[in-house]
Amino acid sequence: MAPDPALVRKLRESLGKEAVLASAESCVAFDCDALTAHRRTPDLVVLPTDTAGVQAVLRIAAAHGTPVVARGAGTGLSGGALPVEGGILLVLSRLNRILEVDPRRRLARVQPGVTNLAVSDAAAPHGLFYAPDPSSQVACTIGGNVAENSGGVHCLKYGLTVHNLLEVVIATWDGELVTVGSPLGEAPGLSLLPLVTGSEGMLGVVVETTVRLVPVPERVELVLAAFDDVAACADAVGGIIAAGILPAGLEMMDGPAIRAVEAFVQCGYPVDAAAVLLCELDGLAHDVEAQLAETVELLRRGGATSLRVARDAAERARMWSGRKSAFPAVGRLAPDYYCMDGTIPRRQLAAVLARIAEMSREAGLAVANVFHAGDGNLHPLILFDAGQPGDLERAERLGAAILELCVAVGGTVTGEHGVGVEKLGPMCSQFGTPELEAFHSIKRAFDPHGRLNPGKAVPTLARCAEYGAMRVHGGKLPHAHLPRF
Amino acid sequence: MADRDATAELVDRVRDATARRAPLRVVGGDTKRFLGRILECDLLELDVHTGIVSYDPAELVITARGGTRLDAIVAALGQHGQRLPFEPPSFGGAATLGGTVACGLSGPARAFAGPLRDYMLGARILAGDGRVLRFGGEVMKNVAGYDVARTMAGAFGTLGVLLDVSLKVLPAARHTRTLALELDQPAALAHLEQLARTSLPLSASSWTDGVLWLRFEGSERTLDDVQRRVGGEAVDDGAALWTSVREQTHRFFATGTRTWRLHVPASAPPLDLPADPLIEWNGMQRWYALDSTDVRDVAIAGGGNATLFRNARPEDTVFERPPEAVMRLHKALKAVFDPAGILNPSRMYPDL
Repeated sequence: MAPDPALVRKLRESLGKEAVLASAESCVAFDCDALTAHRRTPDLVVLPTDTAGVQAVLRIAAAHGTPVVARGAGTGLSGGALPVEGGILLVLSRLNRILEVDPRRRLARVQPGVTNLAVSDAAAPHGLFYAPDPSSQVACTIGGNVAENSGGVHCLKYGLTVHNLLEVVIATWDGELVTVGSPLGEAPGLSLLPLVTGSEGMLGVVVETTVRLVPVPERVELVLAAFDDVAACADAVGGIIAAGILPAGLEMMDGPAIRAVEAFVQCGYPVDAAAVLLCELDGLAHDVEAQLAETVELLRRGGATSLRVARDAAERARMWSGRKSAFPAVGRLAPDYYCMDGTIPRRQLAAVLARIAEMSREAGLAVANVFHAGDGNLHPLILFDAGQPGDLERAERLGAAILELCVAVGGTVTGEHGVGVEKLGPMCSQFGTPELEAFHSIKRAFDPHGRLNPGKAVPTLARCAEYGAMRVHGGKLPHAHLPRF
Repeated sequence: MADRDATAELVDRVRDATARRAPLRVVGGDTKRFLGRILECDLLELDVHTGIVSYDPAELVITARGGTRLDAIVAALGQHGQRLPFEPPSFGGAATLGGTVACGLSGPARAFAGPLRDYMLGARILAGDGRVLRFGGEVMKNVAGYDVARTMAGAFGTLGVLLDVSLKVLPAARHTRTLALELDQPAALAHLEQLARTSLPLSASSWTDGVLWLRFEGSERTLDDVQRRVGGEAVDDGAALWTSVREQTHRFFATGTRTWRLHVPASAPPLDLPADPLIEWNGMQRWYALDSTDVRDVAIAGGGNATLFRNARPEDTVFERPPEAVMRLHKALKAVFDPAGILNPSRMYPDL
């Protein structure tokens, strides 16, 4: 759809000609995020360079009744930055300045387009770093991290994005600036910072963020343990935590993932293993030494068939390289893969993996599992070929069934990737009508006309009624009182 | 008290109150009634709704009913070598989990382990119109839906009655050591700033009456190293000291005058006020027992804010008021969860 010329003119008057893209050829580069199965060429892309520019876009959009979708680097995995029809795609990548690094107060104040890794790089001279480390950290932006409440491999010890934020300034739907949180940790009044964090651009547009920095640990050790049984590996995870050890990272991969990774990067994983566990310990030297000895002993007693402790930083990097390249490595096994993101209570790990294997056989689609075992966050990767008619639909059905399984065992449909457009259906299996209505009311409290990223993150009740019609659980139709469309 | 799920009767009480537009004061153990404006009205007592619903140490998660006593939670965790990392005060044995979360208070470990809010994983709440809503869950990572559960922390029950709460818990420290250093206030603040630049395992700090108290955690070898580097005397009854600071049974708090909690940047120099403070959280939290209401202006001028924590007079403002744009969001959220405005009205602000 061609954008309204009056709208384009207003935006160009306010932001300058080069900041507004209105032709399909220039806009097509922004047609999706990293969930490439969903695409739509935006009608209009604007790239402001400062907060005032963001406010101007929102004011103009509000006056025109135009929806606005915010976008960082487009590395999101759930379609949260998918353009909407007739809307403006507000790209924040040019707001890319680090405004302040304060080693005394251990904080950094940054614009939303700053990449995740750039914050740690800026903090490094002070012996500090920014802890959340999504695998896309070279490219993904802090604004996007806030919008998605991004995780990473060190969440178990260092927390998610929400645990590492002090203050966020958002522009509301009408361009007003609102500050939530405080560099002091807690702001007077209600705690709005967690509500805004992970709200997927639905409540406001992030224009500035103050993040917490933490000291680079004195000592880091990494253990690689192989198991010939997935359940034994899963039990070892619980055993380490029950022993009072809190690893910085605790990552597990199953046989198909191990073999894919080893073929891709030759990082020395035992290809005949049913599962491998990577356990990273960090902290003060004496503490880490004691924990390492204890961990190795726990893993040995837990049935590890081989154990290797990285000798130095180079070997540690090589051992991590396998885990960190797991997605592209698995991606070589099939023309396409579909990455799920459910979280489950850790005690369910072995049972859920067994059930996923059954479901994979039933669907006729291979599944490789890579996951943040320490916090129960699974990333089953479903292999398929979008070129084969019906394959994408089968993959999506299998994915939805896996997420419903996560909910059924007491977990969630998304641990760190967000709902976006991808998990609107599965959200219906996690939340009932009263909760979904409350989410819509919260959205209206921040954005009364539904202008910010409309249609994402929270399914409409009508959609859930349709979803429920396809999937009946335990003989009970969810949202039974709703009319069916 | 025996485990009991009183959800149904609590729902009935709230529905009835909504129908009559009769405000309710939500009460756990009522140990923190000194904090915030208290409205004389019917009580909704949560101590009938008790019990640990689930606790599996290997999951690092505990779920309990809102009326469960805090000391019961702490004891259950202690049996498995775990703890609530934010070290909440109870201000009396009757304190409940629901009241603790509603007041959102964290203890000495706050500056190092993070606030209570960081440990909220999920909550089942009773909204002001009788809806029972469940947000978040019992898993560490969960980004499905807006994070309403964390928003309940420190909301003083104005957004809903906390029926069940799920918290992340962590292993307790294997060893701790408290060191005492004789320093005046400027020297203590400078010392804390130096410590903040290191990765030493500090887990609490407090300064009052010319002594800086520091608590460290780690292996015995680590603690020996720390003591060599930091100096000072190891004290025998460290735990008693931190309990007295946390529970405000320390003699500093034995006063009838207004007692202020100031949150200022850790790097703020000694504040220009006519009394010596008790300082916690690496300098970020400073307590003053002072009748003057100028304290608030001094806090704001120092880049922070003040809460009139104890001994407020009826005419006093207790909590700092957020800017109007933020206050509008407060009211809009209140309307979402308590449309009739019956849950703890005016506890935080006269118009909320």
